Formats: sequence, C-alpha cells, structure tokens
Amino acid sequence: MSTTLTEAPGTPSEAPAPRKPKRRGRLVPYWLLLPGMLWLIVFFALPMIYQASTSVQQGSLEDGYTVTWHFATYWDALSEYWPQFLRSVLYAGLATILCLLLGYPLAYLIAFRAGRWRNVIMVLVIAPFFTSFLIRTLAWKTILADNGVVVSTLNSLHLLDVTTWLGMTDGDRVLATPLAVVCGLTYNFLPFMVLPLYTSLERIDGRLHEAAGDLYASPITTFRKVTFPLSMPGVVSGTLLTFIPATGDYVNADLLGSTDTRMVGNVIQTQFLRILDYPTAAALSFILMAAILFMVTFYIRRSGTEDLV
Amino acid sequence: MPFVRWIRRNLVVLAGLLTLAYLLLPNVVVTVFSFNKPKGRFNYEWQEFSVDAWKNPCGVADMCGSLSLSLQIAFWATLGATALGTMIAFALVRYRFRARGAVNSLIFLPMAMPEVVMAASLLTLFLNMGAQLGFWTILIAHIMFCLSFVVTAVKARVMSMDPRLEQAAQDLYAGPVQTFLRVTLPIAAPGIAAGALLAFALSFDDFIITNFNAGSTVTFPMFVWGSAQRGTPVQINVIGTAMFLVAVLCVLAGMMVGRRKNKSS
Repeated sequence: MSTTLTEAPGTPSEAPAPRKPKRRGRLVPYWLLLPGMLWLIVFFALPMIYQASTSVQQGSLEDGYTVTWHFATYWDALSEYWPQFLRSVLYAGLATILCLLLGYPLAYLIAFRAGRWRNVIMVLVIAPFFTSFLIRTLAWKTILADNGVVVSTLNSLHLLDVTTWLGMTDGDRVLATPLAVVCGLTYNFLPFMVLPLYTSLERIDGRLHEAAGDLYASPITTFRKVTFPLSMPGVVSGTLLTFIPATGDYVNADLLGSTDTRMVGNVIQTQFLRILDYPTAAALSFILMAAILFMVTFYIRRSGTEDLV
Repeated sequence: MPFVRWIRRNLVVLAGLLTLAYLLLPNVVVTVFSFNKPKGRFNYEWQEFSVDAWKNPCGVADMCGSLSLSLQIAFWATLGATALGTMIAFALVRYRFRARGAVNSLIFLPMAMPEVVMAASLLTLFLNMGAQLGFWTILIAHIMFCLSFVVTAVKARVMSMDPRLEQAAQDLYAGPVQTFLRVTLPIAAPGIAAGALLAFALSFDDFIITNFNAGSTVTFPMFVWGSAQRGTPVQINVIGTAMFLVAVLCVLAGMMVGRRKNKSS
C-alpha cells in the first residue's frame, strides 16, 4: 500500500527529497484518471475506430452504408488526390522552414537580449492568440492585395519574377497563389515555433556563452557549437508543432489561395461536409494521419530527442 | 564604421523585431480597418475614416449572438477540460501505476493529430450515434481537444514542485484535505491557470473542429468564416481589435499581480 514518487525529469534546482511512503488507496490514481480518460477514449479513440470502419464501407447516403472491406477506396482516394497530398507536405514543409528561420531570432531576442522588455514581447507574441485567427488571416487579404504595398515592393525589386519562375506566384499577383498560402501558414503557426524555442533557449546557462567566448570562439562558432545544439529540443518540438497542424490546415488555402492551391484539408472538408462521400473522406483523413505519424516518427528518430512531452 | 559594427552586433535583435512586426502586422491592419467605411460588402480596401462600427458593434445580424455563444462554449469547455486535466496531471506526476505509458500516449496523440482528422472522426462517431449536432457536440469536442493541453501545462508545474512542502504540512498535523487545499493547490495554481487560459483561447478560437461538428449552430469563428464568403462587416474588425486589447490588458495585469506577489514574499 505505498506510492512512490516519480522521478521528475527536468526538475529545476531543488532536488525532490525522497518521499516517505504514504498510506493511500492504491485506487486513487485510477479514480483521478477515470473521467478524463473516459472522455478521451469515447470522444477521441473510439471515433478513430469508427472512422476506420467508415473508410471500408460502401453504400450511399439514402440506402445507408455497410462494411464491405472495400479497401479500394484508399487506392482511389490516393490516386485521385495525390497532388493535394504532395502540396500539403510541400507547403507545410516550406512554412515550417520559414517559421524556424523567422522564429529563431525572435526567440533568441526574448531569451537573451530583451532585458526588461522580455515580458512585453512575450505578451505581444501570445496576445494574437486571443484575436480570432480567422480575422487575422483575412487581414492578409488586405496586406497582399493586388494594388498593395507588398506586391508593388516585390515587383519593383523584381522578386516577383523570381517567385513566378519558382511557381510560387502568378504574374503580378500574390493573393490566390501558393506564396500567399505559405505566407499565411507561416504567420499562423509562427507562435507555435517561437514558444518552444524560447523555452529551450531560456534554460541554457548564460555562463556557457561566456566560457565559449573565453575560449576564443567567435559569436558564430558559439552559436553553432553551443547555443544551437542545446536548443535542439525546442527546434524539434517547434517544427512538429508547426508542421503537423500546417499539413492538415485548410483555412489558409481556402482564404488566401485559389482552386490551384487546395490542400488535403480542403479535400477532406469538401468530401465530408459538401459532397457527403464519407468513405472517401474517412480514407483520406486516415492516409493523412498515417503519413504524418510516419514522418514524425522518422523525424524524431533522426533528431534523437524522445522526451518531447 | 561604428554604424556597421552596431548593426552587426544587434543583427539578432533587428531580425527578431522584424519577425515580431510580421507577427503583429495583421493585428495592426485589423485595428486600422475597424475605422474604415467600406464600399460594398467586403472590408478589404481602405475607403474613409469612420467610427460608425465602434459606436454600433452589435449592428450586424447574428454576430453578437455567435460571439456570446462562443464565449459560453469556451467557458464551459475551459471548466470541463481544466477539471479533468488537472486530475489527470496529478495522477501522472504523483503516482506510479500500470497503465502510465498508455495514458501518456493517449494524452499526447490529440496534440499530434491534425485537427481535420480529429474533426472528421468525431463527426463519424456523432453521425453513427445519430446525435443532434449543436451546442453539446461542440462542447464535447472542445473539452476533448483542450484536455491534453491542460494536462501538459499542469504537469509541468506539479513536476517542479518541492514535495517537502507537503511533508512539512503533514508534519504540522495538516490532514490530507487541508494539505491539498492550503499547500498543494496554491502552488499548482499558476499551472492550472495557464492551462485554463490556454483552453479558453483554444476553444474560443477553434474553427476546424467546430466547423465539422456544429451542424447549423454558428459560433463566432464560423460567423467570420461565413462572412469571408458573403461579405465582411467592419464590426468583425472591431471585435478583433477589442479582443486583442482585452488580452493584452489581462496578461499585463496578471504579470503585475505576479510581480507584486514575488516582491512581497
């Protein structure tokens, strides 16, 4: 009848003292877990099973669906919608890289250089979460408008020719092109990159930088050999927190893109809510889930950090 | 060249501030365009200055109704997710038990799943059960996806707690209930508050999962989504600006209180 204390990884300075065994019911943890776990099982795990069964059903909306183990739905969905899958991974990947490039300096600034402005900047990073992200995404329509500042600046710098050559824009437009969608995705998921980066940078002991400087490391070498490797947990969880939701997103592609920029999310949404072809929609979302789980496991193996949560 | 040297030394700061500007640009646009008087249905082009929308924020049919619905859902979802999530977090940190690994993965998975997948699978469940889509299905969905975030936030706080404080309380003859209420809970409170705040923001702002499971019920994000197709009233920008200001003020006030507490102790 004893409970042992869990070793808390990452516990700061004060080491937890070993706890005396307490007289408590062995069932207490289960009672604490029961309601929440039940909720997750019934409304998260069970729906997945339902979806798996829906994806192998055949039938119609009028006559009802029956499970016929019709796995061809998967093949049909994949062969018809592979461009959207490819596009999702491509856009989400681009947005993740941009988020990392843009987010790192900001996280670094907050962690090491902001001084007494740190809290103010943190508020400014978090506060947009409370303004509806749809309203903010719509604001990009104004920013990227055809006669707006962004388009004319890009045009006069001849950058628009470069992006058009890359297939990211279309003539004199930015709105309704892949560039606009990637820009929106980058914007929307940037805070999810900055916050984990900041958390892992903040944990770095400032004396390590001084030590590197004492050993005649240039700032760039210090960054490459000390700061960046130590911030790897933040980089990994930041990239996951951006990539996963960005792959499934359909809001940016819908509001800022055109029919040529549709992503998997858009297809799933249309199939489920407008065409009402449930088996195809279920199969599509299962393929998406499997693809993401596969990529994420591979990525975590490669980057070597398992303690993410 | 002192100027060039200054730039080189502060390159990170400049780049960081540029990112911050990128992050805040839409908020600036939303605020500026809340003072616009648009021609036609859409509020994407600047026409002329006007405070009409600020004088009459609820002048658009159904908008404030959807706003109040979203606030109600966010309130109940926060309450539900925080209660359930805090219990799970305590169980995970304080006890060793058989199914720990399984529980941890079940907590992690909703955060690692694209929203559209969760949304679609939940809809298949509701359709199969023949549930009436609306307020309750939205609430159920919101509690489900907020739960994991609350657990993570509370867990982080409880983990860094010194268990000796509770032992001290018990050495001073505090009962289990008293120890929990007077020692454990106050120390865990910031974590619980962070989790609750996160849950509120996530629920209030959620569009994808709500869109699938709302039926004909319209929450505020869904109203905004619909208005992107039909025509965006200026009042949407007014609400967006107001929410941003309220959030900034709340967080600043919270920080001020926190700082005063730190000083006094």
